[in-house]
Amino acid sequence: MLNEKNNNHHQNNIVYDVKKLNLWYGDVLALKDINLTIRENQVTAIIGPSGCGKSTFIKTLNRMVDNIPAVRTSGEVLYYGTNIFSDTLRVEELRTSVGMVFQKPNPFPKSIYENVVYGPKIHGISDKKILSEITETSLKSASLWEEVKDRLHANAYGLSGGQQQRLCIARSLAIQPQVLLMDEPTSALDPIATNKIEELINELKKYYTIVIVTHNMQQAARISDITSFFLSGEVIETDATQKIFTNPNDKKTEDYITGKFG
Amino acid sequence: MSESNHVRDIIRNNIKHRKNRLEMIMPKLFLIAGSISIFTTIGIVLTLLIDAYHFFEQVPIREIFSTKLAPLGVNPSFGILPLINGTIITSLIAMFVAVPVGLTAAMYLSEFSSENTRKIIKPVMEVLAGIPTIVYGFFAYSFVTPLLMNLIPTLEPKNALSPGIVMGIMIIPLVTSLSEDAMSSVPNDMREGALALGSTRLEVTLKVVIPAAISGIMASFVLAISRAIGETMIVTIASGSSKNFTLDITQSMQTMTAYIVEFTSGDAGIGTGYYSLYAVGLVLFIFTLIMNLLSRYISRKYREEY
Repeated sequence: MLNEKNNNHHQNNIVYDVKKLNLWYGDVLALKDINLTIRENQVTAIIGPSGCGKSTFIKTLNRMVDNIPAVRTSGEVLYYGTNIFSDTLRVEELRTSVGMVFQKPNPFPKSIYENVVYGPKIHGISDKKILSEITETSLKSASLWEEVKDRLHANAYGLSGGQQQRLCIARSLAIQPQVLLMDEPTSALDPIATNKIEELINELKKYYTIVIVTHNMQQAARISDITSFFLSGEVIETDATQKIFTNPNDKKTEDYITGKFG
Repeated sequence: MSESNHVRDIIRNNIKHRKNRLEMIMPKLFLIAGSISIFTTIGIVLTLLIDAYHFFEQVPIREIFSTKLAPLGVNPSFGILPLINGTIITSLIAMFVAVPVGLTAAMYLSEFSSENTRKIIKPVMEVLAGIPTIVYGFFAYSFVTPLLMNLIPTLEPKNALSPGIVMGIMIIPLVTSLSEDAMSSVPNDMREGALALGSTRLEVTLKVVIPAAISGIMASFVLAISRAIGETMIVTIASGSSKNFTLDITQSMQTMTAYIVEFTSGDAGIGTGYYSLYAVGLVLFIFTLIMNLLSRYISRKYREEY
C-alpha cells in the first residue's frame, strides 16, 4: 500500500526521493547515479538536451519504462517512502496515484465522455451519476469544460491538438492522482495552445505535484519552481528555477541555458 | 571541375535524346493486366446468369424455395433450401471454432507474446493456412469423425459437425492474421495512455485495443464466413451428399458447393439437373458477394479514427 498525503497536507513534503538510480537499456547506461527529491505542490522541471535521459527519467517515476524490453535498474525510487521497484507494490497501484501526460496527445478513439471516464470505470466506478460528475469536474480542472460541454459524446479526435492534450490531462485527473508527470506536453502544440497548458499547470500545482520534462527553457523558467538539469544521463544541478536561470552553480548548466550547446 | 562538366554533359545529352516509347507502352500494358480480372469476373457472372436463366425457364422460381431436393428422381424436385441449410450450418460450426480461437490467438500475438514467440507462431500459422483443403477433408473424415464418434455414439460416418469443426480450424489462421494486423496497427500511444491510468495488460487489450481495431476484426470474421461458405472439398468428403433438410448436426448434409461437385463429377447429364448447378452457383455467388460487401461496409462504418 502507498502512504499518500493527508488532505490537511503540510507544505512541501517529499513525494519522490530518488537515490542512486541507474538505468540500462541493454548494455547502455542511460541514467547514471541519479539523486533527486521532488516535493509536494511544486512544479519540478527537467531540462536538458536531446538524449540526456530526461524522458527516460520521468517514465521511470511511474514505471512506464517497464514496457521497454531489456531495461534494468538499480538504486531506489521512493514514492512517499515506498520503493516503486519493490515486489509488494503493484505497478497499477502506483499509476493510479501518478498520472501521466505524453508528448503527443493520445486520446482514445472514443467520445470525450468515454475518454474521461475510462480510468474511473476500470477502477470500479459504474454509477452513471458519479461518472458524469467526475467528467464535469475533471474537464473543468483541465479548463476544457466550457469548450466541450455541449458535445461530450462527440469523438475526441474532432478536437484540436491543444484541446486533445487538455482532454488527456482531464483523463489523468479523473482518477484523482497525487502527481502528474508531463513528458514534453506542449511539444506538439502551437504557441496559443501551449500558453493555455502553461496557465493550466500554474492552476493545477495548487492541488497536484507536477513533474514536467521540457525541451523549452523559457517554459521551464515560466512555470517551474524547481529545475533539474540533466546531461548525458546525469543530474548536473537541481535548484530553485530562479537560481538555475540567473546564477547556476555549474559551468555546464550555464553553458546550456545561455545556448552554448544543446 | 572538368569532370563534373563531363557528367553534366552526359545528363543533358541523355535527357534531350531520351526515347519515350517505353513510357507510352507500359501504362497500356498495366491497364490490360488490370482489366483481365474485371473481364473474368464479368464473364463468370454472365455464364452463371445465362445458364441459371435456362434453369428458371424449366423450373418455377417458387420450387427452389421448397425443402425437397431430388434432381434425379422420376419427378425431379429442385428445392435448394437443404443446400442453403447445409451451407449455413457447417459455416456456423466453423465460426464457432474459428472466432474464439482465432481472436484469442490474435490477442496473444499482438498484445502478450514476446517477439521470439511471435517469430515461431506466425510461420506455423502460415503453414496451417497453406495446407490443401483436400487434406483437411481427409483429416475430417478419417480422424475427427472417428474421434467424435467416441463422444457422440449416434454420429453418422458422414455428418455436418466434423467438417464444420475442421473448416473452423482451417480458417483460424485467416481470422488470427487479419485480426492481429488490425490490433497491431493500433498506435502504441493508446496503450501507453491506458497503462498510465493503471490499466492491466488485459484491460488495455479488451477496452482500448479491441474497440479501436473492431472494424478490422469484424471484417476478418466476415471474410472467414465467406471462406467457409465457399469451402468445398472438406464438406464434400466429410459431410456426404444426403439432401437432408435438418438442424441435426450429427447427420449428413450437403452444402451448395458439395452439390456442384457431385453433379459436375458425372451424375448430372445435360437436362434440368445440369442447369440447376448454375442456379446453385448463382445463389452461392450472391451469398459470398453479400458477405464481401458487408465486410467492406463494416470496415468503413465502424472505423474508429485515430
